[in-house]
Amino acid sequence: MTSFFNTTVGLPYGWAWFLATIVGILIIALPLMLAVAMIIYADRKIWAAMALRRGPNVVGPFGLLQSFADGLKVFLQETIVPAAANRGLFLLAPIITFTVALIVWAVVPFQSGVVLADINVGLLYVLAASSLGVYGIILSGWASNSKYPFYSALRAAAQMVSYEVAIGFVLISVVLWSGTFNLSGIVMAQKGHGLGIVNGFWINPLLFPMAIVFFISALAETQRAPFDLTEAESELVAGYQTEYSSMSFALFWLGEYANVILMCALNATLFWGGWLPPIDWAPLYVVPGIIWLFAKMMFFFFVFSWVKATVPRYRYDQLMRLGWKVFLPLSLFWVFLVSGYLMYQRVPM
Amino acid sequence: MIQALAFYLFAIVVIVSGAMTISSRNPVHSVMWLILAFFNAAGLMVIVGAEFIAMLLVIVYVGAVAVLFLFVVMMLDIEVASIRAGVARYAAIGLALAVALAAEMMIALGAWSAGKIDLTRRIAPVDATVPNIQAMGNLLYTRYLFVFEGAGLVLLVAMIGAIVLTHRDRSGARYQNIARQNARRPQDATRNVKPEIGQGVQL
Repeated sequence: MTSFFNTTVGLPYGWAWFLATIVGILIIALPLMLAVAMIIYADRKIWAAMALRRGPNVVGPFGLLQSFADGLKVFLQETIVPAAANRGLFLLAPIITFTVALIVWAVVPFQSGVVLADINVGLLYVLAASSLGVYGIILSGWASNSKYPFYSALRAAAQMVSYEVAIGFVLISVVLWSGTFNLSGIVMAQKGHGLGIVNGFWINPLLFPMAIVFFISALAETQRAPFDLTEAESELVAGYQTEYSSMSFALFWLGEYANVILMCALNATLFWGGWLPPIDWAPLYVVPGIIWLFAKMMFFFFVFSWVKATVPRYRYDQLMRLGWKVFLPLSLFWVFLVSGYLMYQRVPM
Repeated sequence: MIQALAFYLFAIVVIVSGAMTISSRNPVHSVMWLILAFFNAAGLMVIVGAEFIAMLLVIVYVGAVAVLFLFVVMMLDIEVASIRAGVARYAAIGLALAVALAAEMMIALGAWSAGKIDLTRRIAPVDATVPNIQAMGNLLYTRYLFVFEGAGLVLLVAMIGAIVLTHRDRSGARYQNIARQNARRPQDATRNVKPEIGQGVQL
């Protein structure tokens, strides 16, 4: 797109790049918002179906417009800032959550060559940006100046920092195997990974356990059930969102679901072949890569909802134990195993 | 043009947020300004092409260290006035440090402008074609392997030291026995009784 603005429109390279990036951001962010609206609807429908309910079915055909109605509702509400709250940080917190949920999408490859920023530290960028997500929550808890949000913020901070460690090690084993930090490179490294037939690292017995660990850590990182202790309604009202209303609440909501979709996309990209079709067979490549990626993301989102509908919430000590005493040693050991195997392959026989 | 704009943007924000870190009255605000400074320093590093360092700066300092700072600062009820009272006591040391830093910078800049620092003649010359993760990996794991491992060892010792120093043996504490909890079956813990009407249940 830079070349379009550069040669066709005739702008100097710098400005062409600038415009192309702005357009690229809009092309990603606007459909993403739409996707978030639909995914909230999907979440409620799946959840309802598992509880033998109908779910949203009033607004629009099959209740499809429910999320938009909700959006309109919160938009028209009054933003209430509690009198004792720290006003600046209180309003900044949802903005941080929302922004951080969006910026990671810059490096997610949607198709061969279709990525906003094809940087060679893509995976580190993902880690860096997702480690920022915790600030929105901590700040909202502290700035609300209220007990439940504060408890929730402390829980969230500990939880996200703990599971980031496990995610980091999982990512390292993927990076070791694919030999690159670039997400497009990681996708291409999965082409024909399973005996030249299956696209995806999941087929690899050395990486499959890591795919599972990543999925569970992703649940914890996005604070989805069964790890939704930060907004455990039986103990903490609504957790860090308790004092929020109107658009500031909606930003948390959108950010949370944007993060969930992002984790689905990362799952698909890191272990399940990203935009490659599941099987390395020429006719399957006729379908555009973005559709494969979306299909995989939808599948993982279904599993996310499924887990939410069926698994009871963890106790906090169980959550910490799982993160530090199970996933951390396991993933650390696995990094050794994977790198050991890769070194063993290099040894001349 | 865009590089220059971005550089001045990041540089100004780093300086301003650094100043705000030490001058803001609320400690939590201070930490937030510090985080903004880290973040913009990472931006500066991206501009000079050290994207690996930039990402590590964000992951380690912003993602982990500053979270702990914020955690501690949030939970402590720090009275700003009592900290302000100590300013006069430490002013001399602070001033000395500032002078030393300024002098170092001037010496470095002087050497630079006098042409004493020759970038092409360092031990590991920069190769622009290799991505900098690869370049750093190649150096760290070959030429500087022992130094690198030594640094790792120092960090490990420091970590163990911190744990040993802060560890308190709490003899009376009760712990969750997860294995026992997992081994518990519904039939051991529950009993299905059908009491007669008006009899109640004997537990």
